[in-house]
Amino acid sequence: MEKVLMKGNEALAEGAVIAGCRGFFGYPITPSSEIAEYMARKLPTIGGVFVQAESELAAINMVYGGASTGTRVMTASSGPGLSLKQEGISYIAEAELPCLIVNVSRGGPGLGGIQPAQSDYFQATRGGGHGDYHTMVLAPSGAQEMMDFAIKGFELADRYRIPVMIMAEGTLGNIMEPVIPREPVSDFFEKPWAITGCKDRAPNIINTLHLSAEFLEERNRHLFKKYARIIESEQRAETFLTDDADIIVVAFGIMARIAKKSVMEARKKGVKAGLFRPISLWPFPDKKMQEVARTAKRFLSVEISMGQMIQDIRLAVEGKAPVELYGRIGITPNPEEITRQLLLIAEREGY
Amino acid sequence: MEVEKQVLFAGFGGQGVLSMGQFLTYAAMGAGKQVAWVPSYGAEMRGGTANCLVTISNEEISSPLTENPEMAVILNKPSLDKFEDKIKPNGTLVVNSSMVDRSPVREDLNVLEMPVNEIAEQLNNPRGANMILLGAYLEKTAVVRVEDALKHFELIFKGKKEAVIKKNKEAFLAGIEYARREW
Amino acid sequence: MKVVFKKPESLTDAQFHYCPGCTHGIIHRIVAECLDELDIREKAIGICPVGCSVLAYDYFNCDMLEAAHGRAPAIATAIKRLLPDSCLFTYQGDGDLASIGMGEIVHASARGEKITVIFINNAIYGMTGGQMAPTTLLGQVTTTSPYGRKKENEGYPVKMAELLSNNQGSAYIYRAAVNNPANVIKCKKAVKKALQIQARGLGFTMVEVLSTCPTNWGMSPIDALKWVEDEMIPYYPLGEFKNAEA
Repeated sequence: MEKVLMKGNEALAEGAVIAGCRGFFGYPITPSSEIAEYMARKLPTIGGVFVQAESELAAINMVYGGASTGTRVMTASSGPGLSLKQEGISYIAEAELPCLIVNVSRGGPGLGGIQPAQSDYFQATRGGGHGDYHTMVLAPSGAQEMMDFAIKGFELADRYRIPVMIMAEGTLGNIMEPVIPREPVSDFFEKPWAITGCKDRAPNIINTLHLSAEFLEERNRHLFKKYARIIESEQRAETFLTDDADIIVVAFGIMARIAKKSVMEARKKGVKAGLFRPISLWPFPDKKMQEVARTAKRFLSVEISMGQMIQDIRLAVEGKAPVELYGRIGITPNPEEITRQLLLIAEREGY
Repeated sequence: MEVEKQVLFAGFGGQGVLSMGQFLTYAAMGAGKQVAWVPSYGAEMRGGTANCLVTISNEEISSPLTENPEMAVILNKPSLDKFEDKIKPNGTLVVNSSMVDRSPVREDLNVLEMPVNEIAEQLNNPRGANMILLGAYLEKTAVVRVEDALKHFELIFKGKKEAVIKKNKEAFLAGIEYARREW
Repeated sequence: MKVVFKKPESLTDAQFHYCPGCTHGIIHRIVAECLDELDIREKAIGICPVGCSVLAYDYFNCDMLEAAHGRAPAIATAIKRLLPDSCLFTYQGDGDLASIGMGEIVHASARGEKITVIFINNAIYGMTGGQMAPTTLLGQVTTTSPYGRKKENEGYPVKMAELLSNNQGSAYIYRAAVNNPANVIKCKKAVKKALQIQARGLGFTMVEVLSTCPTNWGMSPIDALKWVEDEMIPYYPLGEFKNAEA
């Protein structure tokens, strides 16, 4: 197919449409509003439903309702909005309803800023809401992946009956790049659990309240058995020049591409640098990380935050190699900065 | 052309800085290059600073950001103040001298100045300033060949009225003319 | 030399960042003049919203607090109850007050919180680039009502002055506009009255002000003022909806 120049946010919205998403519920917030605006234009023309909710809190509850009908539905927001959605996400996760939740993240905490940031990592991967649960988290790094991960996200959500989050940030939302539009998805999952009116079947009940302690524990164990399957089969990561690397940069999202340039520049200067790019943030790609930790001398986590993913790296590496942080917030590091940092570390450590 | 070039467009919000970058991005994609366009905004909708970075490459683009672009197209003085020092050594600096009242300080840069607003007035196309500058810039630097850019005019301006496309094409051609004569 | 006109004490020297033709400037000045004339600048505490006036704390020369989107009435509730001698005012847009903050404003009014809400209604979301507001008019095109607001799909615009005047806790509810000098004068009178009724402890007060957004309406400033007159006022009638003193 011909390549089309698209903004990241638009590519994601179009990807959702391609995946059969027919319900969008959201509230405007910079830098995610373009997704809502795209859906406002597109969904009415294909028999879909678009509602600008009164708040992000209302929106996630609309997603909860929409998902319970078995329809592919989604919402999109940014940090402060995601904070409001946490209660709803906890409900959706417990009720095992599939849906897509997009965070085009920005600087925080508080009202923060509208500059891109990656400081919602903890919120996304540690649950964020109350109780023991997880959502899958995918981190695209360009406009094509914004489209492709939206499509994959809906598939994973339906397959595992789990909310799937797309962790993007402002630069990914606004970047314009050539995108190959994908074919519309045609095979969908059966959803016998959906509530659609109980004609010709016994009524379905969707609830998350479990007053019996034993039943509650059972429910939690059930969820965690599912999470174990996901951890086993759905870890995703990409590596670049890690086989003989002394120092491995770990970065996700747009930061991974920026860091790739730095790794190439550092190699030109004789430093054996490599790049490890987590694509699934939950489940974190522990297996692949453990592989590269066998030979790497040091890891450098490059994040647009005060250091959140670094914790997961340390857990995966299990002390085999030191893990450092290069973190900035409110300002996206340029490749030249990271190259300088790599050279500094190489000099310091004698690599 | 080397493997990759990065061009910064900078001015104030409302000057059409972002669309200039988008035009170049479309033209380069049409010419078969790998491309990326990244905007950066000030907080205000109008009047704040705006700039965008266009990356054009023969290979897959890794970083769409950089501290040091090879080229910069500058539309107002605060942008010149902010970005002059960031351009790569021996890079190219394109300046709308109608809006920038000082000359660049660096001696290594290849400086291309044009009083774009005056020329646009002369051509009775005051809104064509950006396209005039783009025409001149591409004619001189061949970042994208002007023939390729012209081929894709209709695609780039898809959805706009015939008259608008025509006016923009005129401005673009006028810019090419200017570059041939003056630069 | 006699000074016949000057910047109110209650405004700082910071330059407003608002778009040309935006009426935030007029309304900021009205509020500031009232604070000056009632001599309450040093008692005043303002709560600002998320919206174009998010930076209002840089413009008002009194104690100011930032609020999360829509939560200003809740924040004001706590402060006024803890500091009953203060003069609490919130300054909120249509997304802040009538969308995400609908719960907070209805309850602040129902509880009769002794605060003054300045509600800026310009029928659109300005700061985030022109999306639909709860007060967007039927037929109005915005980026999230690209085919024009339809009652079947997006429902009807909400009338906050009318809604809140139904609550017994509301002591003064007025809808004003600032599209011409006569309306500006009436708006100032209403804001002053609201602050005075707050001082008398009679209950919740609000002045809804019809405002412009030339940038997102896609109009010149002058056409925007005309749009308020021709399109907004017929749907959102001006005047007093509740007055506990009357």
